[in-house]
Formats: sequence, C-alpha cells, structure tokens
Amino acid sequence: MNGRRSLESSGIAYRELGVLPVPDTTREQQWTPTTYAPEEPGGDMWAMNYGPQHPACHTTLRHVLELDGERVVSCVVHIGYLHSGFEKLGEHLDYNQYVVITDRMNYVSSPACNIAWHHACELLFGVELTPRCKIVRTICAELARIHDHLLCVGAMALDIGALTAFLYGFNERELTNDIFEEFCGHRFTTGCTRVGGMMADISDRWPGMVKSFCQVIPKAIDDVERLLNKNRIFIERTRGIGYLSRQSAIDWSWTGPCARASGVRRDLRKDEPYLCYADNWDNNGSSAVDFKVPLSDMGDAYARYLVRLEEIKQSLAIIELLVDNIPSGPMNVSDDDKVCLPTKENVYSSIEGLIRHFEQVMTNRGFTPPVGEVYGANESPNGELGFYLASDGGRCAYRARCRPPCFINYQAFSELIEGHQVSDINVVLGSLNIIAGELDR
Amino acid sequence: MNYLDVTSVLAALSEEFGDVDFRPAPLLAAQDRSKEQTCIKVPAERLPEVMSFLKADSRCRFDQVADLTCVDYLEFPDAADRYGVTYTLVSTELGHRLWVKCFANDPAPEIPSVTPIWKGADWQEREVWDLFGVKFKGHYDLRRIMTWEGFESHPLRKDYPLRGKGERTSFTRIERDSV
Repeated sequence: MNGRRSLESSGIAYRELGVLPVPDTTREQQWTPTTYAPEEPGGDMWAMNYGPQHPACHTTLRHVLELDGERVVSCVVHIGYLHSGFEKLGEHLDYNQYVVITDRMNYVSSPACNIAWHHACELLFGVELTPRCKIVRTICAELARIHDHLLCVGAMALDIGALTAFLYGFNERELTNDIFEEFCGHRFTTGCTRVGGMMADISDRWPGMVKSFCQVIPKAIDDVERLLNKNRIFIERTRGIGYLSRQSAIDWSWTGPCARASGVRRDLRKDEPYLCYADNWDNNGSSAVDFKVPLSDMGDAYARYLVRLEEIKQSLAIIELLVDNIPSGPMNVSDDDKVCLPTKENVYSSIEGLIRHFEQVMTNRGFTPPVGEVYGANESPNGELGFYLASDGGRCAYRARCRPPCFINYQAFSELIEGHQVSDINVVLGSLNIIAGELDR
Repeated sequence: MNYLDVTSVLAALSEEFGDVDFRPAPLLAAQDRSKEQTCIKVPAERLPEVMSFLKADSRCRFDQVADLTCVDYLEFPDAADRYGVTYTLVSTELGHRLWVKCFANDPAPEIPSVTPIWKGADWQEREVWDLFGVKFKGHYDLRRIMTWEGFESHPLRKDYPLRGKGERTSFTRIERDSV
C-alpha cells in the first residue's frame, strides 16, 4: 500500500455545500508548486520545438522549449497558425449568417458557441426568448457540454496512453451527434440558433432521443471513472501536474472548469443566470433549474479531469429535469420584434407576412439593431464565452469580438509547464482542452 | 444581487478621483434599466492608477480582466476618437462587472499596459496590438500573436480591406530548389 494515495475523498466539493473542502491531510503528498532552477544557469540547454505539427498538440500549437535533459526550464508559446480572421468576417456577415462562423470556433461544442453568439445578439436587440426556445437552448447547451467534456476527458487520457477511456467517451458522443442531426440536420457544426429563436422547431422524436441518451451516458461515465479515477498510472501522471493556485487562476483570468478545479467559485450559470438557469424563466414563476457546481481545491490536471466528469453528471441531471417539461407554444419570438423570419403560413397567406419576409432577407434591408455596444457571456464548456458587439445600426455588427475561453486559459501554459518534464506537456494540454479554432479564430 | 449594479463602485471612484470625469453611461441604452451595462471612460494617462484602485478597493475588488478588446471607431456615427480599448472587469468576489474604455488616436496610438495589474491581460493586449496597432506601454513582451512578425498591417482596422492587401499573392514562395 506504500505510495498509494487515498482517494476516498476525491477533493471534489459542490459549491452549494458552502465552503471549499479543507485540504485533505490523508493525501500522502500535498503537492506544492516548485520552480525549477538548473544547476548551471545558462549551461547546457536544449532548445526544442514541440509542435505545431505534433500528434499531441491536437491542433496547431507550437511550443519552443528550453530543456535541461527531460526537464522544461522555459517554454514560449506561439499561436496563430489557424488565424482565419473570424472577427473581421463578423463585420461583413449579418447576425444570422455569422452563426456558421461561430460553429468553427469551438467546433467540439458548436451549439454552445451558437447560443452564446445569439445570446449577445438578443441583448443587443432587446428581445426576450419564448419559454420553449429557452428550454431547448438549455438542453442543447448542456448536450454540448457533455459532448465537449467527453472529448476532453477522453483525449487527455488518450495522450497519456489510456486509449480505452477515449473510445468509451467517443462512442457516446455519436449519440449527441444524432440528436443534433435530428434537430437541425447537422451533426457537428450545427449553426442551430437564429436571432430570437432556433432555426427549426424540434421534432416529436427529439425529446425521446434525448431521454434515451440520458439513460445510456451514465454507464459510459461509470466505465471511464472505473478505468481512470483510481488508476495508479493515471494518477501518477496527472496529480500535481500543471498546478495553478486559486489566486493565480483568478489573476490569469481563468474561467470554467479549469478555474473551478483551482477553487474559483464562479459559474456564469449561477452568477449571471440566463436561459433556464435564471429564476422565472418562463414568465410563469418557474424557479431556476436545479444543479450543483463542482469545485476542487487541488488545481492540477487530475482535478480538472474530475471536475469535468462531475460536470457531465450535473449536465445530465439538468437535461433530465428539463426534457419532460418542454412547454408548447412558439419557438421563435413574435413577428413584432422584427428579428425572426415570419412563419411560412404567414408568408404565403398574408401580405404583411410576405413584406416582413422580404424585409428580413433582402441584402439592403435586414436587421435594424439600436446603435450601441453590448457584452453577452455564457458559461460554455471551456469557460466564459463572451461576445462584445458594437452596432452602428446596420445589418451587420460593427465589431464582433469573441472572448474565447481557451485563448485566455492558454496564456498561463508556460507557468504551468515550467519545472515539469516533456511528457507532462501532453497532460497539461489535454487538461486545458485547447481548441485551436477558438484559440486563433 | 444584480451583477450589473455598480453604484457603490461609481461612488468609490468619484470619491477617490474627484478630478476625473468618468462619464459613466450604459454601453447600450436598454428599455429595462436593470439590464444596462455600465461603462466608464478613463483618460489614458490616469489608466494605471484607476485600474489599480479598481482592483484594490474593497467596494470594487475587480480581480479579473475578463475581456480586453478594441473597437476601431473610424466609421462609427458620432465618434470623436478612433481606437476605443475596452476592458470588461469582473469581480469574482463581489460578482459585479464594469466596462472601462480608454481611447487612443492616430498617428501612434498608445495607452498604458495593465499587465502589471492583471496577468490575464497579457495575450489580450498582444492581440489588440497585432490586430489594431494600439501599443501598450509597459507590456513586457509586446509581440504579434495572430499574424507573423514582419506582417505590416493591422487587419481589424476599418481601413484594412476584408480580402487583405494582396499579402496572399505577394507572399515569398519557398520552392524546392530555392534554399
């Protein structure tokens, strides 16, 4: 038993319980961050390029490492290999057209990006969604979170060598793809939202598909957990690796599961509630959807893995709560708001509907937002995904800034990796869930 | 508590900096006053001390710069200044948000860096320098981040064309034999 760490208390607490857990004294090694100083400064160092085309740098990330043997003395990160000018495009595409660009940001959880983009747009236009739309968007956002976390957890394990966990996670992601295909026809880059509503109403089959997904997924989570949570090799590879303290996490502007794994008590779903996370979301007195926010004080790659797994379970609970209560009624906001296309019945049977339709689709008309600026942020699977919109009243945004969570989280990478070994780079990268589409935009 | 309510912050600011007119105004005049996002304007020369105060004061406690971006107001109606660097400040402790704008103008737009106050501003300031050409005085490593060193334009400026200035066609090609 020597060297085996007690994991009876995994270090995960929920913030509803009030306080963070006190550091577990039964843990044999309370890991403290160390800074590595080479014996001979400026001595016999290697310079090594890690990436941009490296299998473990899932996308195009380049690290220039200074190595003392296997030990990373310093690391300089170069990004931008996937820069595609998304924000420039946002100034030339209208508020609905741009949603397909947001798909390509965090392509692992496209629906979450779609919802965040149109959340900002709706703040700009000042429209209030229908209850049916809110509930469907909430379910889509949580499905996207599960989808994203399953990949992140699996890919992190894969980089360490645990291929099976990756397959368990990846298999179930196929089901969420099916659910999105049923809803909007796309499996991966969904583009499913529109200003003031969704691109289509849900089919009668859809809630059933979501429910059967909810029945399947706990088993997959259970499989992953039993493979990894107490796996000696996995723990040795991840405990204490890439540690960031709570204070540093706040200082580096970290958000999302990475920040919560460092003990930052913040989740926009609770702190700045929107959609069904807010009280009275249906204008009928319904209370906010009930869920817990997992927190950890360990701040290392293992904690990030655990927090993500817990978040999957909480997302499942949210979906199960909501999917039986999808209210009837319209999906899109009413025609008076002049943001949604009118229904086809309306277009084909009334002159007003026809005029509305043409006013919306003609390139010299389109949207008429107020002049001003707005910042809308959602809790995406990776953290705070915000859009800063400036509008000059035209049909396209004057400025469409995306606040990408993994770009901000990735800044701290040099600090996380310095003092560790080359093989730990995979672990830290995997635990941060860097998606280059969102990183470089 | 409404996270957009920053009355105590504004009171603290006017108490501390009586000589600065912050001109607090909503980013967007909303019908519902409780949804208005408050933005203050800070002159560039006072930015470091105001930001340090916003981070340290017990009524403000803005410990995070959630977002740092820039808007080029070249073609914006009724705009007086050209570059508006916008900070979205968050207090993880008190839970409120404040937007801060700091303006810069041609020919050499420059404002003080906030990296000594918040480490998280590091890459975000580099991005604004790269894409807008606004320099951040005091940034320890102000390199381009999205485009490459040697690229001469700042693509998110309004006078930069959508399809570029021909960088794609005039790019030096490395052929097999040219090395």
